[in-house]
Amino acid sequence: MLGLVKPMPQPTEETPRARNHRASEGHVEIQNVSITFGKGSKQHTAVTETSLDIPPGEFVCILGPSGCGKSTLLNSVAGYVTPTTGSVTIDGEEIKSPGPDRGMVFQQYSLFPWKTVKENVAFGPNILGRGKTVADSTAQTFIEMVGLAKFANRYPAELSGGMQQRVGIARALANYPRVLLMDEPFGALDSQTRLMMQESLLKIWTEFGITVLFVTHDIDEAVFLGDRVLVMSAGPGKIIADIKIDLPRPRSPDIALDDDFMRLKKLCHDKIRAESLKAFEQQNA
Amino acid sequence: MAAQGAIIEMPKSGNLDPSQEARGDGEETTAQGLQPASAESSDHPGNTDQPAETAKSFQLANLLQSEHLVRWSIRIAALAVGVLAWHWATTANLNFYINFENVPEPLKVWNAFVAQISGTEFYIHILVSMQRIIIGYAFAVAIGIGLGLIMGRSKLANDILMPYIEILRPIPAVAWIPLAILMWPTEEASIIYITFLGALFPIILNTMHGVEQTPEVLIRAARSLGARQTQIFRHVVLPAALPSIATGLAVGMGVSWFSLLAGEIISGQYGIGYFTWNAYSLINYPDIVVGMLCIGLLGTGSTYAVRLATRPFLKWQEKAR
Repeated sequence: MLGLVKPMPQPTEETPRARNHRASEGHVEIQNVSITFGKGSKQHTAVTETSLDIPPGEFVCILGPSGCGKSTLLNSVAGYVTPTTGSVTIDGEEIKSPGPDRGMVFQQYSLFPWKTVKENVAFGPNILGRGKTVADSTAQTFIEMVGLAKFANRYPAELSGGMQQRVGIARALANYPRVLLMDEPFGALDSQTRLMMQESLLKIWTEFGITVLFVTHDIDEAVFLGDRVLVMSAGPGKIIADIKIDLPRPRSPDIALDDDFMRLKKLCHDKIRAESLKAFEQQNA
Repeated sequence: MAAQGAIIEMPKSGNLDPSQEARGDGEETTAQGLQPASAESSDHPGNTDQPAETAKSFQLANLLQSEHLVRWSIRIAALAVGVLAWHWATTANLNFYINFENVPEPLKVWNAFVAQISGTEFYIHILVSMQRIIIGYAFAVAIGIGLGLIMGRSKLANDILMPYIEILRPIPAVAWIPLAILMWPTEEASIIYITFLGALFPIILNTMHGVEQTPEVLIRAARSLGARQTQIFRHVVLPAALPSIATGLAVGMGVSWFSLLAGEIISGQYGIGYFTWNAYSLINYPDIVVGMLCIGLLGTGSTYAVRLATRPFLKWQEKAR
């Protein structure tokens, strides 16, 4: 147990070893999932007939316009939404409800405002009965990892938006989840802060080797972060493209100027545009 | 005397303490109120940037103090103007639709006040009133927060209880008096019941509102971190509702004084409301005003005491400003 708690930030150490340590966990399988809300005439299908296989340790971005059902799909992995048909499993276990094996980072600031940074991050381990000592040291480790050691005893309201989201990531990771689920986590941040956050998220992911499902509507963000970008279209939501992002890692923001990056970005862009046009024509038909 | 014995073993006697403190110190209470909060935050482990901020906060304190001084001077001056106007209206026997001829002048009221506080009976009136408040309020706090939490969480409980609350809430304390006297075995119990009712509704409604206002995303976050229903309630719903509960408690305290006074004026042999009404019957006009002002001070003091008592739980909210 303690062995797991400790192996954190070793900046000199290179990526592969750390990445492998839990590469056997976090295999997400989505099979023929459809998600329908409401009944009768108000029925609305958010996700239709979607299947996905995400191997352990992969960083997958789900890209699509608002209202395309990408958050709903993510919520089905989180366990907030039960698929109407089909199944979602992690390492073969069917997901029935939210649980600490899946860390969740939300778009809105979701820290407990009455708890300090440290209490927020220690919340998971405390709730799971790890004991105060372990919870505190785990919290400390993760707060250091996201670079907020100085702010451990501050309340969320005293932090900037970017700092709050870093605490959110630390809190989600403190339970040592198998999968990190992120629902447009940087959507509310200004673009400079967002770039910094993307970079530090990649660093954390490299150290952790955890499976990440990252929902975004920002093409640059998806291409910069992901091993794979799944493009979703609306009405009803389905995955229309599965694009492998074979850009080298570690990636720095400069990569956005590379031809390969541009090519992949254009590919995503074209897919989305084709879909949007189709949807637009349907609406105006 | 039964009344005095009961005060000592009051269930929520914690309330008694700060309220006395607040009343005793008058103006200085704000300065005092700040102290416990700051003492606690320095208790907090690892307030790393404390030394750096001390110099700044010292300057700030000076500035605040001078601003404080000005504001308090204005407040005191405003009161003084009121007293002067009162003095003028009574000595000039102003009778312009409103009749000031029988209104005692400020100096007479002051003399009556001094006479009252040098006797013992006045204190018995105050203690009896406070005892009723404390008992009635304690029940209102326990039942009000309990019902409010349940109603905020359960639609069924809300549907069952809300109709009663909607119908009973607008009924003023005075309207309850006849039925309360018929229902309860003693007059004392009926007065306490009326006091209890006054505090109950604001506490229930504010608690319920606070629970309903809990941001959904926080509940979802807690669930994904592994919290079960009871833990969510304890760590998320309750703290989220606390600011609203604190408001309910303060409002409830004020309303319980209204209600108490109504009860005491109509019946009872002791209590500050009885004292006030009795002064009228005895044509002792200065004492009417003494009683009224005393009620005002007690009401304000106890409401302030409630705010002071709830403040430590809302520390995180102050940081948000």
